[in-house]
Amino acid sequence: MSDILLEFEGLAKSFGGVRALDGLDMSVKRGEIIGLIGPNGSGKTTSFNVMTGVYSPTQGRVRFDGQDITGLSPRKVYEAGIARTFQRSRLCLPLSIFDNIMIGNHARVNNGLWFNLMNRRGLRQQVEDGYAKARDLVAGFSSNLADRMFDPVGALPMIERRRIEICRALVSSPKLLLLDEPSAGMTHDETAQLMDDILAVRDRMGDLSIIIIEHEMGVIERLTDHCVVLSYGKKISEGSYAQIAADSEVQTAYLGVD
Amino acid sequence: MKDNTTKTGWLGLPPLVVGLGAVVAVVIFGWQFLLAESELEVLGLVALAAVAGWAGGKTGLTGSLNEAMRGHGRTMNGAIMIGLLAVIGLLSEEHFPLLMLTTMLLYLTVGLGLNVQFGLTGMVNFAGAAFFGIGAYTSAVLTTHSAVPPLLILIGGGLMAAAIGFLLIVPVVRTAGHYSAVVTIAFGVLFKTFLEVNDVLGGPQGLMVDSMKLFGWDFNDGPQLFGIEMSFYVNYALLGGGLAVLAFMLTQRLERSWLGLALDSVRLDETASACFGVNVVRAKVLAFTFGNILVGVAGSLYGMMISFIAPNSFTFADSLLMVSIVLLGGLGSLWGTAVAAVIVVLLPEKLQILQEYRFLLFSGLVIVMLLYRPQGLLPRGVRQFFPSWRPQR
Repeated sequence: MSDILLEFEGLAKSFGGVRALDGLDMSVKRGEIIGLIGPNGSGKTTSFNVMTGVYSPTQGRVRFDGQDITGLSPRKVYEAGIARTFQRSRLCLPLSIFDNIMIGNHARVNNGLWFNLMNRRGLRQQVEDGYAKARDLVAGFSSNLADRMFDPVGALPMIERRRIEICRALVSSPKLLLLDEPSAGMTHDETAQLMDDILAVRDRMGDLSIIIIEHEMGVIERLTDHCVVLSYGKKISEGSYAQIAADSEVQTAYLGVD
Repeated sequence: MKDNTTKTGWLGLPPLVVGLGAVVAVVIFGWQFLLAESELEVLGLVALAAVAGWAGGKTGLTGSLNEAMRGHGRTMNGAIMIGLLAVIGLLSEEHFPLLMLTTMLLYLTVGLGLNVQFGLTGMVNFAGAAFFGIGAYTSAVLTTHSAVPPLLILIGGGLMAAAIGFLLIVPVVRTAGHYSAVVTIAFGVLFKTFLEVNDVLGGPQGLMVDSMKLFGWDFNDGPQLFGIEMSFYVNYALLGGGLAVLAFMLTQRLERSWLGLALDSVRLDETASACFGVNVVRAKVLAFTFGNILVGVAGSLYGMMISFIAPNSFTFADSLLMVSIVLLGGLGSLWGTAVAAVIVVLLPEKLQILQEYRFLLFSGLVIVMLLYRPQGLLPRGVRQFFPSWRPQR
């Protein structure tokens, strides 16, 4: 098993004349937390979308866990072991916490028509197993939340929704977790809590790798082992937080030139 | 917490007593309503039902009924089926009320099918009447021109509707948004035109349909019990009731399963669903096909019952009426569909003044509902995979 979990090779994605990703090379080791930063429109979310198969790349390759996943459908990518959260929370608000997390478990349950309609005993077993798993995950974040598994998600505050989203991504035991701006829409204190949660998740889940997109530099500084800075779809810098923070090119990209 | 609700419910009565009481009340009400002759009588009963529904909602009756369905599911389901048999029995000599009751049961089956498509998966099917018609025309052709046993013809009607629906939806199912709805509108309108110009299928005059026969027993002969000759509609009411119950059970099981969850997630967020491994295309095709089978089977039996069908019975306006059943009852709410089927089918039949204006009335009603109670008459609750299952904390 190689040390490298994920690798981009010259990844490019154009929308008409706009090159959202312009030959990006990047690699993620097992168990590493990578920060993906850059100004708005620099291609961070696009790289997530290309990685997870929402868009297929114009050029380049994505290799994951020894397998070429370039251009695979989102479903196949998910089955290969990449799970994500979204920039704007994309939970199903009218559905319960349990339902939302079980959507993430979809690839692991029996989806046959006959099984679902006729084998109620087998289904019950799967539902009970799923419940135990989901409840454990949620309890790892907040025991209060774990007592409300059948409440609709729409009734929860933002930080709880983020936690549910992360649980939905984790329930399939992915190898790589993609977090797209987890602190968006949250207060300073909530962000701090969520960071603790993410670190706790990493400690619990051995060699889970995480890529996190974030504008909150405090989060990046505290969480990441390694950072990649994008600007106009290209990688302009890479290294530890201290290294990139000192990089003059990064400062120019964020602040402009005098 | 929420789960420790006391065992006494409405008016301090145990939920099971409330539940069984409600079934008895509905049976008596349904019997009287279907027999009511004068418009005044009908209006009085409608007012009574509205007040009872409103007061029940205010005093926690709905919660108690939910509790009864959850804690005593089998008993309640049994009671409801016996209740349906009781209504049929009480009306056994009355042709017209039985015809209305059976039509309502068939529309309930249609409503359940459309609810899987629209309420769960978010695909509006504006061609409900066309798929209903496909079932009926399948019956017409097969009962008069083949020796296929009528029970198989019912299934054939469902499969025919499903197959045509499949061909219709597969090309557009990958598109997001409302394209599939637009395609069904076109199909619904074209279906009637196609029938009108098609001489083989009787053109505008339509076709005769032979009666249902089960193991040599012709449904158009009234059954005799203790020497009393009953209306032949009793046969159709029993079979229609069986069909509605079966459709209800299947739909409920679908909703309470991983597949139901997948359909919900496709409705609420297609992209996110795909990112979590849901096969969006399969989910949509499955829901559309499942729904159309129910609609087609109902249409097939409807054709045999009324014994004569014409293109005018399957217009776009009828499709809209079917969609309004789903909207009135509440998206995804199966009991809501049952209540709405009663309102949409029986009310105009009983109040002849409404008959002329029923499309106007129901479109107005749907608009009012969407404005003031978008979740429908009986809003759907959070999914309970197994209602009697109360997980340990």
